[in-house]
Amino acid sequence: MASQEILREEPSRASFVNDPKVRSIFFQVLVVVLLGAGVWWIVQNTIDNLARLHIASGFGFLRGRAGFDISDTAIAYSSDSTYGRAIVVGFINTLIVAGAGIVTATLIGFILGIGRLSRNWLIRKICMVYVEIFRNIPPLLVIFFWYSGVLAVLPIPRESINLPFGSFLNQRGFYFPRAVWGDGSWLIFVALLVGIAMAWFVARKARQRQMATGQQFPVFWTSLALIVGLPLLAYALSGFPLTFDFPKQSTFNLTGGFQVKPEFLSLYLALSCYTAAFIAEIVRAGIVGVSKGQTEAAGALGLRPGSILRLVVVPQAMRIIIPPLTSQYLNLTKNSSLAIAIGYPDLTATAGTVLNQTGQAIECVLIMMVVYLVLSLLTSAVMNVVNAKMALVER
Amino acid sequence: MQEHDTSWVRTEMALAQQAPAGVRGPGAWVRKNLIGSVGDAILTIIGIALVVMILPQVINWAFLNAQWTGIDRTFCATVAQGGIQPDGWSGACWAFVNAKFGQFMFGRYPIEERWRPILVAILFVALLVPLLIPKVPRKGLNAILFFLAMPILAFILLVGGMFGLPHVETPLWGGLLVTLSLSFVGIAASLPIGIVLALGRRSKMPIVKTLCVVFIETVRGIPLITVLFMASVMLPLFLPAGVTFDKLLRALIGVSLFAAAYMAEVVRGGLQAIPKGQYEGADSLGLGYWQKMGLIVLPQALKLVIPGIVNTFIGMFKDTSLVYIIGMFDLLGVVKLNFSDANWATPQTARSGLIFAAFVFWLFCFGMSRYSMFTERRLDTGHKR
Repeated sequence: MASQEILREEPSRASFVNDPKVRSIFFQVLVVVLLGAGVWWIVQNTIDNLARLHIASGFGFLRGRAGFDISDTAIAYSSDSTYGRAIVVGFINTLIVAGAGIVTATLIGFILGIGRLSRNWLIRKICMVYVEIFRNIPPLLVIFFWYSGVLAVLPIPRESINLPFGSFLNQRGFYFPRAVWGDGSWLIFVALLVGIAMAWFVARKARQRQMATGQQFPVFWTSLALIVGLPLLAYALSGFPLTFDFPKQSTFNLTGGFQVKPEFLSLYLALSCYTAAFIAEIVRAGIVGVSKGQTEAAGALGLRPGSILRLVVVPQAMRIIIPPLTSQYLNLTKNSSLAIAIGYPDLTATAGTVLNQTGQAIECVLIMMVVYLVLSLLTSAVMNVVNAKMALVER
Repeated sequence: MQEHDTSWVRTEMALAQQAPAGVRGPGAWVRKNLIGSVGDAILTIIGIALVVMILPQVINWAFLNAQWTGIDRTFCATVAQGGIQPDGWSGACWAFVNAKFGQFMFGRYPIEERWRPILVAILFVALLVPLLIPKVPRKGLNAILFFLAMPILAFILLVGGMFGLPHVETPLWGGLLVTLSLSFVGIAASLPIGIVLALGRRSKMPIVKTLCVVFIETVRGIPLITVLFMASVMLPLFLPAGVTFDKLLRALIGVSLFAAAYMAEVVRGGLQAIPKGQYEGADSLGLGYWQKMGLIVLPQALKLVIPGIVNTFIGMFKDTSLVYIIGMFDLLGVVKLNFSDANWATPQTARSGLIFAAFVFWLFCFGMSRYSMFTERRLDTGHKR
């Protein structure tokens, strides 16, 4: 006891300089002072430079007339629209290409990942070659390859390649029939929504009943009937309001139909192909990560191979797959900024054009950064919810 | 009485019997691996159809129909396009790659000075190869030469302007030279910065920690193009008037900082995997912070995350191609630039050039990933159960 008293009373023998607390405060103050000085220096320089170049800071420029055209617009836009609207158009384009790319990359990636574990030697090797090729070349090169290597050397419009369902492929892109919704077609969408809601309800009830009584209910077929059948019924009742506007060949160009421009097509295909290789590896690692005992135990319980995969392996593999899959989705979204290299007007490209026209470098780069950051955070948030649903529920 | 000794001890091993005929030989292999079930057989047929559809076309295009020599576009164009090839011809135009090879490697680096990058390349390989082979001795000296002496010598040789070497401005650099110098500096700079950031993120000092977290998460959330944009348009605004920066240097700073943020997360993963006992053991030995980290924690942590580090290197190597967008000509940029050469404009030019570039990138990335797998297996000491 006495010795402890002594220890407590005696002031630290080590010098003041060696006290971790004092050191920690000293270093942090040093960091703050240095950082503050650096930021102050940069801000001063920037103010001087902006004054010298006669550039007004602030976001007022967004209300100015844009004066440039954008080739792909999802919302109404003309060169008379504002800079702000141009950036919004770019942002929507980014969302479109990223969304389409994510869906396709996931599909191809899952097929390839499962293919790499197939019992079939040939399929295994084909998938491996694909993955090893695409994982090891830059995405920008893949984009250029589709753009100048494949799509640019397609025939001119007069000699378009005919594809099934009245679609055409030529130098200017991919043309397919456009659906024209007539009067009363709102009924079909309402029916679709009702069908989905009812299918969800049926699935819930069926699960509750199976939990309670053990009796199964053919959920899949019922849902299919509801989701497909109801809209079809509505389609017939409202007098078949759907017609198609087919692309037609004229002397120099195709008219009508829906045109997908080569810029979008090459960016979309390249991002899908490239990211699919990474997703395939993630899927493979996820499935391999489920221990073999699980499969064997399920087999011992008498489950059939299909059921083993659906009820035992996939739910556990998804836990491993989802976190890295999220970062691949984020990568794809960020890689969509490569659009600028082939002239697809995504956010980076339109903001870059605005930057060149107005000289508002700081504001434009800031807009880009904030938008991508928010997109990243949103995607992570959504995937975190999915992950939480899938995560191991322990007692 | 007759003695019956029925006991018998076998003295030689019974040889293993051969597997039944049904499970050995090529026939059984085909049965097991290609036509195990009806579904498998269908998949095999689809696979064979795919291979038959694609492979002959690729081989025809890349080798059999390819044009290997030539001096201008006529060698790679069909008669209808004003060339010498028969109509309907489709083959790689390796003549284009051949003619532009010097540009693809060095960009517009003056031809009479090209011995300098070649010398640097020889030096690089001569120092790198022994560093990569585990059996070669004197790793310490080798590493010092590679990471300290070589960069200085390479800088003197490539930039010039001293020791009687004419100065070569960086806008003249291009091709694989730029790709490799960007990646080398990026790799050499991003690893230490990444380690410092990772340590900062796990530090107990709240301000240091917050700064590191904000930096890492911001950089990881934005595309590299935005960072490069920032380096090319915003950096000049941040500096006093009249101070200009080399474009290559700006790209270097951007790429290094970008890669450092990713590296920091990889290193953090390794730091978290080290058991607390190691930290406490180091503390109880009386080691200071830097001694503890440098001697005990980091050697173990970095060893754990070698695959992640190499993956980041590969990612960065691929990302250097983005400098094309801010107007610099790395390998991909030079290849792309040469498409507009009227002397070589044919429908096959773009494809051939891009496939050549893809092959070069692929070689480097694939090599790195295989070497990382080799190292992983070699260093896998004591973590295997």
